[in-house]
Amino acid sequence: MKFGVVQFPGSNCDDDAYHAVGSVIGQPVDFIWHQSENLSGYDAILVPGGFSYGDYLRTGAIARFSPVMRSLDRFAKSGGLVLGICNGFQILLEAGLLPGAMLRNQGLRFLCRQVHIRVENTDTPFTCAARPGQILKVPIAHMEGNYFCDPETLAALERNQQILFRYARPDGSIAPDDRESNPNGSLAAIAGICNRERNVAGLMPHPERAAESALSSADGLVILRSMAESLARREPARVSA
Amino acid sequence: MASAGTEINITPQIAAEHGLTAGEFARIQKILGRDPNITELGIFSVMWSEHCSYKSSRVHLKRLPTRGTHVVQGPGENAGVVDIGDGLVAVFKIESHNHPSFVEPFQGAATGVGGILRDIFTMGARPIAVLDSLRFGPITPGAAAGNATPEEIARNRRIADGVVRGIGFYGNCFGVPTVGGEVVFEPCYSNNPLVNALALGIARKEELFFARARGEGNPVIYVGAKTGRDGIHGASLLASAEFSEESQQKRPNVQVGDPFMEKLLLEACLEAMRTGAIVAIQDMGAAGLASSSSEMASRGGMGIEMDLDRVPQRETGMTAYEMMLSESQERMLLVADRGRERQVFDVFHKWGLDAVEIGRVTTDGKLRLLHHGKVAAEIPAHALAEEGPRYERPIAKPSSADLERSAAFRVKPIEFAPAGSDLTPNFRKLLASPTIASKSWITEQYDSMVRTNTRVGPGAGDAAVLRLKESRRALAIKTDGNGRWSWISPRLGAMHAVAEAARNVACTGARPIAATNCLNFGNPEKPEVMWQFTEAIDGIAEACRALETPITGGNVSFYNGTLGNPIYPTPILGVLGLIEDADCALGSGFRNEGDLILLLDANPAAASAGHERAEFSSSEYAKTIHGIVAGAPPAIDLNAEKNLITCLVELAAGKAIVSAHDLSDGGLAVALAECCFDSADDSGACLSAEVEMSRQEAPAEATLFGERGARAIVSLPAASLARAMAIAAKYSCSVQRIGTVIRGAFRIQYNGTSAILGEVSSLREIWSETLAKALESA
Repeated sequence: MKFGVVQFPGSNCDDDAYHAVGSVIGQPVDFIWHQSENLSGYDAILVPGGFSYGDYLRTGAIARFSPVMRSLDRFAKSGGLVLGICNGFQILLEAGLLPGAMLRNQGLRFLCRQVHIRVENTDTPFTCAARPGQILKVPIAHMEGNYFCDPETLAALERNQQILFRYARPDGSIAPDDRESNPNGSLAAIAGICNRERNVAGLMPHPERAAESALSSADGLVILRSMAESLARREPARVSA
Repeated sequence: MASAGTEINITPQIAAEHGLTAGEFARIQKILGRDPNITELGIFSVMWSEHCSYKSSRVHLKRLPTRGTHVVQGPGENAGVVDIGDGLVAVFKIESHNHPSFVEPFQGAATGVGGILRDIFTMGARPIAVLDSLRFGPITPGAAAGNATPEEIARNRRIADGVVRGIGFYGNCFGVPTVGGEVVFEPCYSNNPLVNALALGIARKEELFFARARGEGNPVIYVGAKTGRDGIHGASLLASAEFSEESQQKRPNVQVGDPFMEKLLLEACLEAMRTGAIVAIQDMGAAGLASSSSEMASRGGMGIEMDLDRVPQRETGMTAYEMMLSESQERMLLVADRGRERQVFDVFHKWGLDAVEIGRVTTDGKLRLLHHGKVAAEIPAHALAEEGPRYERPIAKPSSADLERSAAFRVKPIEFAPAGSDLTPNFRKLLASPTIASKSWITEQYDSMVRTNTRVGPGAGDAAVLRLKESRRALAIKTDGNGRWSWISPRLGAMHAVAEAARNVACTGARPIAATNCLNFGNPEKPEVMWQFTEAIDGIAEACRALETPITGGNVSFYNGTLGNPIYPTPILGVLGLIEDADCALGSGFRNEGDLILLLDANPAAASAGHERAEFSSSEYAKTIHGIVAGAPPAIDLNAEKNLITCLVELAAGKAIVSAHDLSDGGLAVALAECCFDSADDSGACLSAEVEMSRQEAPAEATLFGERGARAIVSLPAASLARAMAIAAKYSCSVQRIGTVIRGAFRIQYNGTSAILGEVSSLREIWSETLAKALESA
């Protein structure tokens, strides 16, 4: 099993994702340069947070055109696991690997704080180690995390159980209109989704920052562990891309 | 004046327009043995500006202690360096960006952060934290706000909002956590806010880089962003003169920041350094190409010759003058080993950055510039970097209203509330005052967690604590400074700044090991300002010696004031501490219901000497409740401060306590409330305190809101009490068991009657809402 962490110019959570996978859950991991056209040999790719290409135009708008995204598209189509975190999620949206778009946070300000998210579907490679309805304390840090999509897409997400995480109160209740628990104003309090095939996922909160209890929460680990467990079950049938 | 050909005849009038005095101009003529041309004059004017040359402060800065067991590099390089064990060094420095932040708050603050980050990574260190020490004018009305006009308040709000956005914009994108600092609001900063940014980085000791040019013929390489016309004369005109009515017209002198470019520059520089092909490197900060080239040459005892036609330029037709004085951001100048420059180019090109050989190292000690095939300037590098004027400016203790006011006050002290009064309304007012209120509205706009090292982040402890992935140890860091006290007594105020920063660091369990300072003062040509400055220097020197925190670097910012109204003299101290075991790091919030609350006091004699009454009029309470700023700051006992620090470090290392919080703005009552607020759990519910103090001779207000130093509140389970008492006794710290951590109402009983009583959630709400209410719609 091997993880890869993509590095775009301006990625700044790449080291953190690498640390969480390599040092905390102890899985083999490499950095993958944005110009790489070859992802063979990898089983899971993390697209980390940061400000790819500065994000001066629109988050992820430039990154989606980089060479690694072509190979990531092939990798995803052949069943490889892809997880986009924060800016990585935004890039996957721009690239069309996941449906919907990000608006600016409702308060029009960058927000960095601990939030709670509820696991909505445990039948995916990203959540299989979690309990149904488990509440995770994981931080957010973004300016554009206000998830939005049209009603048809939302209905499809709900129907296909593609919503993986929703922003929640600490007791697990969901209140999309409550700025305290859904601080960026996301539609239906959506914090993370996956594709219909369940092998590409994205979320705005940072599980790699909630991977060690010394740093106030280790709840995010369940996401990385889920990926590792589902890959372990898959082996040796490695994806080729 | 901005752009001019080389054919202009330089007159003393033109020199004066460049901020050079007749004497300085004569000196330039003597050094060159001729008249300077316009390019040379421009270079001299920025290099000899107050901002770059420290001409008014140098003779005094020598009095600061700069050596210590941990110090690897003191003042004189891009940043200070201290040994933190395990083969690692911490690299840190604080710098001001006050004037640019007034003229253009967003970009001024952003480029302030960018500049200090470059100072850190130019030494080979990866930045791991940023702190910001901010001072603004009032953002809420009232007597404590000096009855500021609505227009003034609105403008202060815009400035504060812009500065916060700018800091977040730069740090968040660059990928460094902004972990703390402090924010204070006082009327004197209305026309001159302070933005001091501190950056901290980590490097392996043997991989440090210095800015000393070596090796004749070695290539001088320009890397990073292209040079434009922005920021020309930022150092000499913006930073080295007071503001006037026309200050807004100086907006073109403010630089524009590109944190994405800086992130690339960081990664490329660190990667290029690892090739071993780089000999010396310096960022282009104030005075850009002029300072980086002349300082690297001067420090290495060499010369540098540059062909300006090869400088990457953003605009066409730039003159030599403009190129040398541009303060375009995100640029570096480096010297590589001849023959290995390809390795350097490859790394920078990989990151998509310009890297161009623009010159070479020479042995003649001159900074020589070629432009369009002609020599555009030729100046001894040493003269630019080291032979700037040094002034022993006249010093005069003010006989002004300032001192009269404090003297007058002593005759007519504050009327304390009668014994038994309910102080809750005043307490609520204090919690809502912007200086004391929660800063989370600000700190949540900063990414405080990126790089996953933040063990104690904003609002969670007295200082920020960063773990080191390469070591068991952790670093704690904090900035502090009390301008109000420094105005009343510059020496005492400065000593308190050192002591408070060190005490805050110690409250997290860290031993203070080194300091950096940012000295914000008014016009040094005024003898009273120079008196404030020299007094502050002596105060810092004395306190840093006593607390064993040598000064490793920093920055002096003069000319803070508008239309002749100076700011409070505001020395800001950044203190760095070391925790041997990161797992012993402490936060400020109470941890468990039922824990005991202790008041540690390393200077109990001061409590009985009636000092509290005399010193009360300089407190935050006196200002907020009575609108009084006078009297004297609390007396300081550095021996007691040292004892308290050592005691706290030992209590933390022995895990004898579970939280620690020092007493500062707002005194004991506010500190207790903060210990409760900082304990908030995931649902926002927080612990509370039940405190009883009896047989106190002092008035309740003096005891509950007085701001004397050398004290801290700690909490611990009852089982640890004996051990904690034994440790405290070793360091002559008195221990007063004042209460218990509870759930429910926050209550302080004083001499048998209720002095403060309120639901902790409602108190927290008051404290939490102030900044959002004032600034959300700024």
